[in-house]
Amino acid sequence: MNSGILMHPLVQLFLARFREFLRTPEAVFWSYVFPLVMMVALGLAFRTGDVPPVNVAIAQGTAEDQLAKVLEQRGGFEIIRGSNDDCRTALRSGKADVIVQLSESDQPTRFQYDAARPGGRDARNAVNNALQAEAGRRDPLQTEDVTATEPGGRYIDFLVPGLIGMGLMGGGVWGVGYAIVDMRIRRVLRRMLGTPMKKHHFIAAMMASRLVFMIPEIIVILILGWLMFGVVSYGGYLAVAMIVVLGAVEFSCIGLIIASRARTLEAVAGLMNLTMVPMWVGSGIFFSSERFPDLVQPLIRLLPLTPVISSLRLVMQEAAGPADILPQLAIMAGWAVVTFLTAVRIFRWD
Amino acid sequence: MTNAIECRSLTRTWPGNPPVEAVRGINLCVEQGSCFGVLGPNGAGKTTTIEICEGLVEATSGEALVLGRSWKTDGPAIREQIGISLQETRLSEKLTVLETLTLFRSFYSSGLEPDQAIEMVSLQEKQHARIRTLSGGQKQRVAVATALVGNPRLLFLDEPTTGLDPQSRREIWKIIADFRESGGTVLLTTHYMDEAERLCDRVAIFDHGQVLAEDSPRNLIRQLGAEHMVMFEVEGAQTPDPEFGAGLPGVISVRTESGTRCLSVSEVHVAVPALLAAIAEQNLRLTSLTTRQATLEDVFVHHAGRSLEDGSEEVKK
Repeated sequence: MNSGILMHPLVQLFLARFREFLRTPEAVFWSYVFPLVMMVALGLAFRTGDVPPVNVAIAQGTAEDQLAKVLEQRGGFEIIRGSNDDCRTALRSGKADVIVQLSESDQPTRFQYDAARPGGRDARNAVNNALQAEAGRRDPLQTEDVTATEPGGRYIDFLVPGLIGMGLMGGGVWGVGYAIVDMRIRRVLRRMLGTPMKKHHFIAAMMASRLVFMIPEIIVILILGWLMFGVVSYGGYLAVAMIVVLGAVEFSCIGLIIASRARTLEAVAGLMNLTMVPMWVGSGIFFSSERFPDLVQPLIRLLPLTPVISSLRLVMQEAAGPADILPQLAIMAGWAVVTFLTAVRIFRWD
Repeated sequence: MTNAIECRSLTRTWPGNPPVEAVRGINLCVEQGSCFGVLGPNGAGKTTTIEICEGLVEATSGEALVLGRSWKTDGPAIREQIGISLQETRLSEKLTVLETLTLFRSFYSSGLEPDQAIEMVSLQEKQHARIRTLSGGQKQRVAVATALVGNPRLLFLDEPTTGLDPQSRREIWKIIADFRESGGTVLLTTHYMDEAERLCDRVAIFDHGQVLAEDSPRNLIRQLGAEHMVMFEVEGAQTPDPEFGAGLPGVISVRTESGTRCLSVSEVHVAVPALLAAIAEQNLRLTSLTTRQATLEDVFVHHAGRSLEDGSEEVKK
C-alpha cells in the first residue's frame, strides 16, 4: 500500500478534490459552459459582417412620403413610420437611432437622437448627408472610403481576454473559497486537523486542483474563440500561458484568503461578491477600463484582475511578448504572495 | 506502564460575555487497554475535555498527557498514534467509502490497508458506494473507520452512537469491543448510560465542567447504597406528601419524576411490603408498581440532584 507517490497525502487530497468536482455536474457546467455561452452570445451580438442599416424613424409632418422615398433611394436606411409617439418609443427602445421630422416651410428639418448613445450621432450624420445631397449640396473635397475589418481589432478580440480573466477570477475565488468554507462547516477541516496531515499539503492540494480545473476551461475558450470567430493571439501562446497560470494562482490565493475565516456560506458569498464586483466593473472585462476617470486609474491598475486582462490584451491583440508584460506579472505575483501568506497565518480550521 | 491519558486539573474557559467555563478542573486517568467513558448531559464539558485530549482545543490551564507525551512538545507523534471520531462530522458525500479511507490513510506514516479498516466496520459491500448513499449508521461506521485506518493505539469517540437506531448502535459497540480485544484503548463520551455500562471499564460522570464521580459502573451503582429502584403511582390527584416513603425500612432516598414516585432501596423484599402497608394505611389506591436494578442514570441523579433529561433541557434554554 505504501506504494510511493499515489499514497502521498498531497496526491490523495488532490484526487479527493478532483473527484468531488467531477461528481458535481453543476459546478462543471458553470465553470465550463457559462463563459462559453457568454462568448458565443456576445460574439454574435457584436459580430462585424454586413454593415448594419441606419434605423430612421420618420415622424408625421409634411412630406413624409417624399422623405421616405428619398432615403429608400439613397439606400442603407431602415425606415420606421408612425405617429410621433411611436417614433419616440422606437428611439427610446433602440429600434430607431434617429427621428427625422420635416416641418412647414421656413422651419429647419429636425433630427432627434441620443448623442451619448453609440451610433446616435452617426445615424444623424448619415441622414443629414443624404438629405443635403438630395437638396443639391456638392462636396468640394473628393473623398474615397476604404473599409476593412482587421482581425485583432474587433469587439470579440477585445472580449476573449476579458472572458479569460473573468473565468480565472470566478474559478479561483469560488472554487477555492466555497469548497473550503463548505469543508469547515462540515467539520471536515477539524477532522483532518486531528490526523497527522500537514496543513500546507491541504492548502497546496486545494490550489493545485483549482489550477488543473481552470486550465482546460481557458483552453476551451481559446479554441472556440478561434474556431468560431478567428480570435488568435498575435503575441503567441507562451505569454498567454504564463498569464493564465499566474492568474490562476493569484485568484486561488485570493479565494483562500476570502475563505480563511468565514464560518457560513452566506458570509463567504458576501465576501466573494465584495471582492469581485469592483473587478467586474472596473477591470475592463466588457469595456475598456480607460473609460473611468484618470483619478481612479492607479487604483484600477492595482486591482488583481486588471493586470490579467490588460496583459492578455497586450499579448493577444498587440503582439506583446513575455518581456513586455513583466509589470503586470509582477502585480499578479504580488497579490498571490501577500494573500497567500496572510491567509495561511489567519486560517481557521474549525 | 504509562497511562494512555492523564489529565491534570484541566480548565477551559471560552471567551465571551459572560465567559463560559466549559471545563473546571478535571483530572482523569485512562489506563492502557481500558475503555473509559465520559458521561453527562449536553453542556457538561465532555466534548471540550475530549477535544483537549485530542489536541484540537488548548486547555486554559492544566495539561493532558497522551500516551506519555505532551501536546506542547510531541503533537505530531501523538497524532500518528491516535484515531478520532468527532461529533457530527459530515465526510464528503461525493467520495466513496474506499476513497475516503484511502485519503485518511495517506495522512499516516503507517497504518492499516484501507480495505482492512473497511472490513473492521463490516462495510465491504459498500466500499465503492458514495457516502451520500449510506444510512446514518453506515456513515458513522465510516467515520469510525477513518479513526481506525491509522492503526491507532488510542481511539477517541465523541458520542459515537447519538441519534442511531438500536441495530446501528450495537454494530458500533461491536467495533469498539473488537478494537479493545486487539489491545487498544478507548475514550468515549456518551449521554447514554446503558452504553457506558455496557462498554466501559471506568466512567467519569461530568456535570457543569466537573467530575461528579468516577469509578467502574458497578462500583458507582454499589456506592449508591441502593442497588434497586421501586417506582409507584397512586390514583388520581391524591398525591402523597413529597416525603412519603422516605422513612420506610430499606429506603435510602425518594424523588418524584413526572408523577411517578421513585424510591432508591437497598433491599426490595424489605421495602416493598412496608410501602404497601403505608399506602393501605393512608387509603391511597396504587395504580402501578415496578422495580428495577439501579443504573448509572440513578447515579447521575444521585450526584447531580436532577435527571439527565433536565440537564439537557437546561442547556437548550
